[in-house]
Amino acid sequence: MRIKQPAVAGTLESSDCMVTVEPVERGSGISLEIDSVVIHQYGEAIRKTVLETLDRLDIADGYIRVNDKGALDCTIKARVECAAYRSNGQRSQLPWGGVIQ
Amino acid sequence: MLNAVGREIPDEILEQTGKEPFQGNHYKDGVPFTKSGPTIIPVMNNEHSKLVKDLHEALVKCGAHDGMTISFHHHFRDGDLVVCMVMEEIHRMGLKNITICASSLGKAHNALVPMIEDGTITNIESSGVRGNIGKAISEGKLQGLAVMRSHGGRVRAIVTGETHVDIAFIGAPTCDDYGNCRGVGGKTDCGVLSYSYVDGNHADKCVAITDCLVPYPNYPPHISQTKIDYVCVVDAIGDPSKIATGAAKPTTDQRKLLMAEYCTQVVANTPYFKDGFSYQTGVGGASIASTISLTKIMEERGIKMGFGVGGLTKPMCDLLDNGLVRVLLDTQDFDLDAIKNVKNPNHHRISAGAYANPLNKGAFVNKLDYVILASLEVDIHFNCNVVVGSDGYITGAQGGHPDTAQGAKCTIVICPLLQGRIPAICTDVTTVTTPGESIDVVVTDYGVAVNPKRQDLLEALQKADCVPLKTIEELRDIAYSIVGEPQPVQFADRVVGIIEARDGTIMDVVRQVKPFAFKEN
Amino acid sequence: MSHPDKKRLRRSMMFLNCQKPSLIKDPYIYKPDSIMLDLEDAVAESEKDAARYSLYHALQEIDYRGVERVVRINGLDTPHWQEDIRVCVAGGCDVIRIPKVETPNDVRVVERAVAIAEGEFGVPQGRTLLMAAIESCMGVMNVYDTCRSSDRLIGIALSGGDYTKDLQTSISGTGVELNGARQQLIIAARAAKVQCFDTVYTNLNDMEGFRNEVQMIKTMGFDGKSIINPRQIPIVHEIYTPTAKDIVFSEKVVREIDEKKAKGIGVFTVDGKMIDIAFYDGAKRTIELAKAAGVYKGDL
Repeated sequence: MRIKQPAVAGTLESSDCMVTVEPVERGSGISLEIDSVVIHQYGEAIRKTVLETLDRLDIADGYIRVNDKGALDCTIKARVECAAYRSNGQRSQLPWGGVIQ
Repeated sequence: MLNAVGREIPDEILEQTGKEPFQGNHYKDGVPFTKSGPTIIPVMNNEHSKLVKDLHEALVKCGAHDGMTISFHHHFRDGDLVVCMVMEEIHRMGLKNITICASSLGKAHNALVPMIEDGTITNIESSGVRGNIGKAISEGKLQGLAVMRSHGGRVRAIVTGETHVDIAFIGAPTCDDYGNCRGVGGKTDCGVLSYSYVDGNHADKCVAITDCLVPYPNYPPHISQTKIDYVCVVDAIGDPSKIATGAAKPTTDQRKLLMAEYCTQVVANTPYFKDGFSYQTGVGGASIASTISLTKIMEERGIKMGFGVGGLTKPMCDLLDNGLVRVLLDTQDFDLDAIKNVKNPNHHRISAGAYANPLNKGAFVNKLDYVILASLEVDIHFNCNVVVGSDGYITGAQGGHPDTAQGAKCTIVICPLLQGRIPAICTDVTTVTTPGESIDVVVTDYGVAVNPKRQDLLEALQKADCVPLKTIEELRDIAYSIVGEPQPVQFADRVVGIIEARDGTIMDVVRQVKPFAFKEN
Repeated sequence: MSHPDKKRLRRSMMFLNCQKPSLIKDPYIYKPDSIMLDLEDAVAESEKDAARYSLYHALQEIDYRGVERVVRINGLDTPHWQEDIRVCVAGGCDVIRIPKVETPNDVRVVERAVAIAEGEFGVPQGRTLLMAAIESCMGVMNVYDTCRSSDRLIGIALSGGDYTKDLQTSISGTGVELNGARQQLIIAARAAKVQCFDTVYTNLNDMEGFRNEVQMIKTMGFDGKSIINPRQIPIVHEIYTPTAKDIVFSEKVVREIDEKKAKGIGVFTVDGKMIDIAFYDGAKRTIELAKAAGVYKGDL
């Protein structure tokens, strides 16, 4: 999948995270920015979760910003996936249990 | 050197402070020492006036100088104006290298940060530091070390002379022209002046600052004229709206109510819960809810409390008004109902020293059966952290936590298992403020853990089958299974503060924060 | 064969907005019998898609510790319900709550979509259960047929807010406007042998009013109540806890009937009085309620 248009998912409420994705030139790779209220304890874990989720979605290029308010892994994945599919305009017939897992 | 709670205390800190590492709760028990006394200037001339026209005159007459130590109380809490007004005058006078010894500092004192940055203030001794001062210390802006002490520990440091106060400034809601101070009346009624007793007894000079001068004698005084050198009248010493608010409404948060119910069950099913028991609790929603639900069980079983002690709130005062507690011993008032309640003849003021000083001949905390406390973190060794936040910044205060925890026969800590994503029950707390040997029971929303050294309490609770019992390791494992195992906060090397144990040994050190850096990959 | 969880205990069913991570991460600590993860009214139109990702990962990754996971999907008159069903089935939810059911056909439409989704996602056919929310006068009129519309249907629930609007009145607090619907629903559900759940009580500041309403619907025969806040759960469970006297009696009934039936005897007596076989199911249910409330220490 490609990041086609800028898209946002999530909120800045406690236990949530807001994920913004923006397209970049093909071949320029992933550029990831993470801001988190639990950066010391979970910064590495958040980065790993985001990168793994992008990898499952087969997204190779894009600018991704995560503003985390203490979200659990399941929420981070959900927000990344939502932003990615929104950037593609796809809202139905989603691959539950496929690349979304 | 590793201390008794397994914390590495750097040798240079031991050398610099002349302190020993923490050796366990009873290290100084029974060890004789000589009290330190102040140098005072007697007043024999009956024409002498103690009134000064402003703080500048008071400072000059007290011989304010570079490098002095000055002290304050925090009875006005977030409404305090005294600390900043005194420091602003000292700043104007260009004095440097000041040590502030306050019973606590908070967000009312954010204006001190520039004075920390320019070297006016170089050392801070306090129960803790909230707000911007905590941030400034954590970022390494204070030249010297911040010393975080419990309420009892502060009294101990002053009585032993470890901290020698040159000038004490005592904000007094009412005062007469000869220095009799009371915590009641006036515009900034705070009920009591417990934290200032020791300053009155041990500081070389004492200045009473009031915004309500009353006819002589202001009697009975909480701090006597015999301790006060000067009286300074100013427009306002506090903002009453921030000193105490109306009593907090009982919580409706089911999570807190759940923990309160577990806590009440722990109290009601352990052996000290019998007629005449003693009790202290805090101001958190769960603690207050627990006091309310405990009241019902006391009434059902016909059990009355012997005494309640500490910082007081409406639910504790209701117990007194309803005849369910014989006496209240008051060190601080957290709401307007508690302030009003000091009129009850069985509601007594006590000093912070009588309350909690570990080196007197027995403090009130030693006679506590139960204390209900909160904590930011508790580790699997039952060590608690109430000072350093999960971002590494100093953000809280020891208060009476280590004092009451050590004193009480049954110390119960209430904390939700998770604070956002941060697990409150963890393998190692960021910073130890209260040692695990003082903690008996930990109550969380996921279950209750009893310190294995208290098999007696564990058996009582197992027999009662009243709460979901877990080991502390089980609680930690549940937390980690939900949020993942946390990485430790990344600190810089420089030590910016020390956590002093009650007896003056070093419990832990606090290091300068540094921005988080991802590992290379 | 009937689904093993079809008749499980459902005293309290707590609504949670799927779009709020802080709500769905550990509601099990309050020990509701079921949670109802909402994709419908609680979720803004613009966040319908976002709620599904949250739902999928919550169902897959959060251990709800035995609490039943019901999901309320969007109505059949919206563009969302088909994708809602796909994510519910793929995520493995226990029960799908269908809103605004007016006719048995509404349930059958969902049943077909669920069966297709079970095929698509490799979920055993019949694993996903259904419940129908009755929110209109037409829904009330057709309720018995709705109760019999699908083998997957565990029960029906009254949704008082929309129903009273359709009735051209509003919630009064006295319950009078809901009397007819409540009676009709519970009678239909019992006749069809499915469960029946009462509507939410929205005034969180009136816990006494809530308590009275729960007492009333229990007396009417309802299996449980929809809950909007964890504060309401202990009250429901307390009211649904059988008395010691009931438990002792029920235990005797169950033992007597089991023993006599084993011996081929068809006449049963408890405490010297003749009892009917019709007592048996009620007594069993009392024991189950007592177990759930943690007050039954026997071995039945």
